[in-house]
Amino acid sequence: MSLPLTGGAGPSRTPSPRLTRLRRRLTPYIFVAPTLAGLALFLVYPLVSAVYFSFTRFNLIQAPEWVGLDNWRFLFEDDNVVRAAKNTLWLVVVMVPARMLGALLTALLLNQVRRARGVYRTLFYLPALAPPVAATLAFVLLLKPGTGPVNTALSALGVDDPPLWFNDPAWAKPSLVVLAMWGIGDLMMIFIAALLDVPAELHEAAALDGAGSWQRFRYVTLPSISPVLAFAAITGIIGTLQYFTQAAVAASVASGQVTGGGGISDTFGYPEGSTFTYPLWLYVVGFRYHVLGYANVLAVVLFVVSMTATVLLLRRFKEFTR
Amino acid sequence: MTRRNVLLFVARHAVAIALSVMFLAPVVFLGLTSFMTSDQTLTSQLWPTSWHPENYAEAFAKAPLLRYLVNTLLYATLATGFMLLASVPAAYGLAKLRWRGRSVTMVAIVCMMMLPPQVTTVPLYLFWADAGLTGSLWPLILPMLAGDAFSIFLLRQFLVTIPDEYLDAARVDGAGEWRTLWKVVLPMARPGIAAAAMFQFFYAWNDYYGPLLYTSENEQNWTVSLGLASFRSMHHVEWHLVSAATMLTMIPVVVLFFFAQKAFVQGVTLTGVKG
Repeated sequence: MSLPLTGGAGPSRTPSPRLTRLRRRLTPYIFVAPTLAGLALFLVYPLVSAVYFSFTRFNLIQAPEWVGLDNWRFLFEDDNVVRAAKNTLWLVVVMVPARMLGALLTALLLNQVRRARGVYRTLFYLPALAPPVAATLAFVLLLKPGTGPVNTALSALGVDDPPLWFNDPAWAKPSLVVLAMWGIGDLMMIFIAALLDVPAELHEAAALDGAGSWQRFRYVTLPSISPVLAFAAITGIIGTLQYFTQAAVAASVASGQVTGGGGISDTFGYPEGSTFTYPLWLYVVGFRYHVLGYANVLAVVLFVVSMTATVLLLRRFKEFTR
Repeated sequence: MTRRNVLLFVARHAVAIALSVMFLAPVVFLGLTSFMTSDQTLTSQLWPTSWHPENYAEAFAKAPLLRYLVNTLLYATLATGFMLLASVPAAYGLAKLRWRGRSVTMVAIVCMMMLPPQVTTVPLYLFWADAGLTGSLWPLILPMLAGDAFSIFLLRQFLVTIPDEYLDAARVDGAGEWRTLWKVVLPMARPGIAAAAMFQFFYAWNDYYGPLLYTSENEQNWTVSLGLASFRSMHHVEWHLVSAATMLTMIPVVVLFFFAQKAFVQGVTLTGVKG
């Protein structure tokens, strides 16, 4: 049994060689056609319109009105954007390296452990599966200032003034980092896979040359896994620039005013704007205040920053990316 | 074992067990809280003084959790199905067929992966508003008919590892590309497809930003993430009910992972992420 497409189904149905060739040439395009359409519709079109809308005044109801650089000028007078960008930058600088280091250390540990390795892997990975909203709720409860188990334990250990966590502006962002550390399982799995690929002969050769375990890690393991580290850094930074859910949920729940629609703008950023991230501000401007022209300025800036970070990192890692 | 090895063994497992406890503690604590009385959640006691499984029933009564679960399931299942329908052929085209424009398409797909969803939010929201679909989950489901950039990338990495000889053999036997894809590539790529499907399913199940954007005004179409985040009473957070509802949200994901973990782990490991 063969398909008429390939010309084996009897003389009358054999297509001419030219038609066959044409078909063969077109097949790849048929395979990717939906994706190409999607790229046009969901990448090119929105990017171009985002840039266009950033030069307009627009509130979803009236037609967009061209205002030139007004929105862009406002960017430099907007205190909220400075505050939100600072919070986001803080998260990028602390959360991304913390997660990478945590995931690398747990991966190294599990690669040393033989017995029950699978059990540990599953246990460490499970939190990464928890829905972010659920995980955030669990941590707000866990870190409740007065009665949460963490502070109860700290008091029992003799800590006089345990932190107020999500309710203290100085501790709210570190609390988000603790939450992010809990979910390092996905990154850990990727690192485990990379570590398994490090050639054992290289380690043996280095050991014969008298390299200690730190030296072997530094000069054998680290260079071998650097492409994966680069991947983790890039996706980590991009992901943190988009950080939204946990910040929104933690703030609206910790503030105690759990309101409909997943949080109204007054509760975003609680306490004292300490968890107010850049994507939150973009969401509030666009979909709470309906100032869409300015929201698009914020969006275009976010895109440029993401792209720049990616390109710089790819260049930085080029020399030791295989 | 030498004494040094015994010490190392004990030390490693001690650290691993301590970490396991830290990773599990929040879930256990949430589970315990879900069986407490409302009053007890305000104290610092960890163990329920009396057990109240009826909290789960009450959580269902307080909010249309069942509808949220059905909405979420619908979103996650359709999005995953549509994604596979479009992404698998696209990944095959990108991995195994030669055509003009292939590398440009790859670059565009990587760009799409890097693109923060917030950037395209406004234009796409307007697009879906014009189509009359805001308020529903369709703006999150329908785009999957064009495939998903991350999944295409993942699947492509996977398909590249399948030796060309298998495909050539099928072609010599007279199979067209569709048939080759269906009969040869699909069976060999099962772990990769499982991994991509699960990533997509988890993503949709856990998605908060998308449903918040499109359905926040229309409670009929809320997902569990949205419902959980706004679980409320007039005055305060009812932790015993929130915990029960949270546990319910996590169970399907954990069950799915449990049953598919072998394929999932294999898929993730094999596709790797090396460029």
